[in-house]
Amino acid sequence: MEAYIYDAIRTVRGKGNRKGAMVAITPTELATQTLVHLKEKHHLDTTLVDDVILGCVGQVMDQAANIAKTVAQQSKYGDHLCGVTLNRFCGSGLESINQAAAYIKSGYRDLIIAGGVESMSRVKMGSDGGGMFIDPAVAIPGHIVPQGISADLIASKYGYSRNDVDQFAYESQMRASKAEKDQRFKSRISVKDINGISVLNNDENVRPSTTIEGLAKLNPSFAMMGAMAGFDAVAIDRYPEVEEINHVHHAGNSSAIVDGAAITLVGNKEMGQKMGLKPRFKIKAASIHGTDPTIMLTGIGPASLKALKQAGMIPTDIDLYEINEAFAGVVIKAMDDIGIDHSIVNVNGGAIALGHPLGATGCMLTGTLMDELERRNLNTGLITLCIGGGMGIATIIERV
Amino acid sequence: MNNISNDLYNLKIDNEGIATLTIDQKNNPTNLFSTPFITSFLEVCHQVIQDESIKGMIVTSGRSMFMPGADLRELSTMGQDPETDLNNILQMHQSFRAVEMAGKPIVAAINGTAMGGGLELCLICHHRIVLNNPKIKLGFPESKVGLLPGGGGTIKAPYLMGIQNALMYLLQGKEVRPQQALKDGLVDDLAEINDELIAKAKDWIKNNPSPVQPWDNKKYKIPGGGVWSPKGAQTIIGAVGNVSKMTHGNYPAQRCILGVIHDGLQAPIDKAFEIEARYFIKLLSSKEAKNMIRTGFVGMQAARKGKARPKDQEKYEIKKLGILGAGMMGAGIAYVSAKAGMNVVLKDTSKENAEGGKEYSRKLLAKAITKNRSTPEKAEKLLSKITTTDQVTDLKGCDLVIEAVFEDPILKDKVTKETEQVLDSNKIYASNTSTIPISLLAKSSERPDNFIGIHFFSPVDKMPLVEIIVGEKTSEKAIAAAIDYTVAIKKVPIVVNDSRGFFTSRCFGTFVNEGMFLLEEGVPAAMIENITKQKGMPVGPLAVHDEVTLTLSKHVIESDPNQERSPEKERSYQLILDLIGRGRTSKKDGKGFYDYHANGKKKLWPELSTIFNAKIDALDKEMIAKRIMHRQALESYRCLDEGVLNSVIDGDIGSVLGWGFPIYTGGALSYIDFVGMDNFITDCDNFKEKYGSRWEIPQSLRKLAESGKSIHEFSKS
Repeated sequence: MEAYIYDAIRTVRGKGNRKGAMVAITPTELATQTLVHLKEKHHLDTTLVDDVILGCVGQVMDQAANIAKTVAQQSKYGDHLCGVTLNRFCGSGLESINQAAAYIKSGYRDLIIAGGVESMSRVKMGSDGGGMFIDPAVAIPGHIVPQGISADLIASKYGYSRNDVDQFAYESQMRASKAEKDQRFKSRISVKDINGISVLNNDENVRPSTTIEGLAKLNPSFAMMGAMAGFDAVAIDRYPEVEEINHVHHAGNSSAIVDGAAITLVGNKEMGQKMGLKPRFKIKAASIHGTDPTIMLTGIGPASLKALKQAGMIPTDIDLYEINEAFAGVVIKAMDDIGIDHSIVNVNGGAIALGHPLGATGCMLTGTLMDELERRNLNTGLITLCIGGGMGIATIIERV
Repeated sequence: MNNISNDLYNLKIDNEGIATLTIDQKNNPTNLFSTPFITSFLEVCHQVIQDESIKGMIVTSGRSMFMPGADLRELSTMGQDPETDLNNILQMHQSFRAVEMAGKPIVAAINGTAMGGGLELCLICHHRIVLNNPKIKLGFPESKVGLLPGGGGTIKAPYLMGIQNALMYLLQGKEVRPQQALKDGLVDDLAEINDELIAKAKDWIKNNPSPVQPWDNKKYKIPGGGVWSPKGAQTIIGAVGNVSKMTHGNYPAQRCILGVIHDGLQAPIDKAFEIEARYFIKLLSSKEAKNMIRTGFVGMQAARKGKARPKDQEKYEIKKLGILGAGMMGAGIAYVSAKAGMNVVLKDTSKENAEGGKEYSRKLLAKAITKNRSTPEKAEKLLSKITTTDQVTDLKGCDLVIEAVFEDPILKDKVTKETEQVLDSNKIYASNTSTIPISLLAKSSERPDNFIGIHFFSPVDKMPLVEIIVGEKTSEKAIAAAIDYTVAIKKVPIVVNDSRGFFTSRCFGTFVNEGMFLLEEGVPAAMIENITKQKGMPVGPLAVHDEVTLTLSKHVIESDPNQERSPEKERSYQLILDLIGRGRTSKKDGKGFYDYHANGKKKLWPELSTIFNAKIDALDKEMIAKRIMHRQALESYRCLDEGVLNSVIDGDIGSVLGWGFPIYTGGALSYIDFVGMDNFITDCDNFKEKYGSRWEIPQSLRKLAESGKSIHEFSKS
């Protein structure tokens, strides 16, 4: 049995700090608005939907206690609708699509809403704690370092200069600005308050005024942490060939911290007929791959190659790629590993410009890629993200 | 109950019903936390608690120190049967808890240094008052010997002081004075004199008839918050990084201390003590703690006391000391000797040069004064003990003369002869040479029995080791004199027999050498340096070579009269020549294996990777580490086998203090046990096949391995 994506919806992304436009909107509400929009857009027979799978990283406070079921209830699809929340860190939003696809392909479910949500302004990154970074029995022998150190380690080990990563970041901002101007984000919706008044209509973080010179002036974000908390030394212990960590990443060439939610509607062929909807894409392959937790963010290459192998494809068979811009250096490394050019990667910009709402991003990238493949009348796309703890995830979609 | 007096303490009960327990362990040089003491202490606590006529108890000391720690000798016999040890400790905790929760006030009146177990004893008490005397030290030094405070201290420290502050004390063994301890919350009050100390203690007992420990108080909050508070979590994440940076995973104590705090602060208090006990047992049976106690504590303490001294020799008094050569070494020797109260004559070829050497002491003292470690009066007194001269006749009446001139046999010959003209024939003459055989230098002497090597390390005022070198004709009297001198200047002597490079320079040479060979074989320079540091050496072999200078290495090889160079010596000679030819000489010149920048930073010379065709996978990381570490251990073993070293412990101490061999291994010889003797031999045999004869294992080591013995069972047969 095949799994199809019938539609994709995402909210606009608001800055994920206390001054962000969506700080007053709960993550439950953010995700609920996508479900409500989906229902209204297609006059959906909601009784057909079995389950809601949402990725969410910081599962405490607003986002605790299975936010997917909370959203299922708030969406008023009916009491039959279930919900499950998963956490594959930054890969969560794509993992939920992959799990949905697996359920559909197995025949255990017929129609699933799969996506993710993260309000980083309301639930701060890291507020869910966890043994990985704090438990000395795990963190010390594991050579665990914060992600920024991993990103700088990648740049140091593979020789990406500050200018290389800044150039990449600049390009992301320019592409996102152009995409906004051309109104290419078809699957995007505004976020509204309880009166239905819109609080944000565009992605808040994009900066069309970005310049290379401006980026060059920003201070590195992880140099202090590397020196004061000893993490440079930890990274070098695992990668002794690196003489010193070159701290090239900063706020302007790393993913922006934002709020947002996104969903896809994934089902089998029969469901399309029942709903009266034409499937937009078929899910062709889905894979994951682990790396050591120190360099952490190099899983994209191997996970993508694994997915390509599953699909019986080679890198050039893919028309467009979406590689999550966690850090500029990570994407440069991923492009080198897969052997592809920036011209077919993140053609509408990425998380450096638009932001990375942890649990939702994978799903947002999927929606963006679907819109763009259709706009360009192309066929195949690959979505991939690097993931904390040392993982990578990739999914290949193909137009129906 | 009645007054008690025994070998461990005496207990007096006053007319107000307050008992004072004065610890005075008659059979120990100082009060120690030990099983016999604790058993008896708990017994007396029990009686005090039971006796309703007694209001409370003061715990104080009858010795100059309150209790400087646990009985490490007793601890080093534990760790054989972890389960029994654990049960004993858990039982001890139960008894401690019974005392803490009995509702009868016990106050520690800390009238001297209380460290480790001694401080933990104070933490069982409900209130701590300490005499405000800056000589009194408080702290937890356990991590320095690979352990953690196992009597409740690892848990109680964060309860009292907060996680961040507690980590400062626990991870590095920070020692504080009473005022700082009060500020940090480790103690509750200060007293200026002993009477006030006792009076305050009595008052507290009267005013607090049923005290509760903070960890038993449900309303009490850990200062700064617990593990999952924003500050707590951030502190622990930072500590995880810094512990890794500090230990590179080699020292389990620091990791376990963090583990106790992480696991323990989230558990009920009694479970927390149990968690602490389980980690303590883990460390107690660790190789690292055993090594650190044996070499760093027991071994060094014995050496410091002059254990190697020939027994039947009379003590050799040194009132007047002569030093030849006021360079870096001579100047340092003058400082440490004058500091020990000796009258020093510092001689050089000109009065100016000699004064220059004295200037060094002046600078050190000025620095000490700014850091409150000395006073202008003390400094002046010390300086007045150093006389400078260019006249050999001023050496008349010296008890010991130490020659510290340039490493040139001809020059050394000249000054020896010159000095013996004025030195009394029964006095001792020592050379501070680091490489030239003493027996060779002694040929210049008319009294070779009084001729000995006293090899200092640079900088002399900081480096604790002294390598005493016995020449063919050196007498026992000279050995005793050299040891007495070393003990007097508070340094650690090891006695070795004559050979080129003796022990330390010879083994250090192999370290530097192997680093250079790896570079030549295409291992990236950064990998060599980083893997070496990861194994616990303080600096990489390339950086340290820049420090000692490639020019000196060249000189040492060239001045070896042995015409036939071993293949590895020739190989390293050619490498050194090549690098010097490219203008790479030393840190001093700003260009060696590293480029030295004006801002004090150094970066590896990028050309190295081209010259030596560096490849990241030239050699596997584990192999690189083994080549660096095994090589030093093997050379140390050769020194033992050849009789250059007299004992394993001397080799261990010499390697740790002399060139920074990491102490978690126990030292360069204990290292062989640490990695496993069979593994060591197999590795060296493999290396011999691949890399040549420098990896040849002496037969005696094979025999030792075959008989299943430890390196510590080595005996010269």
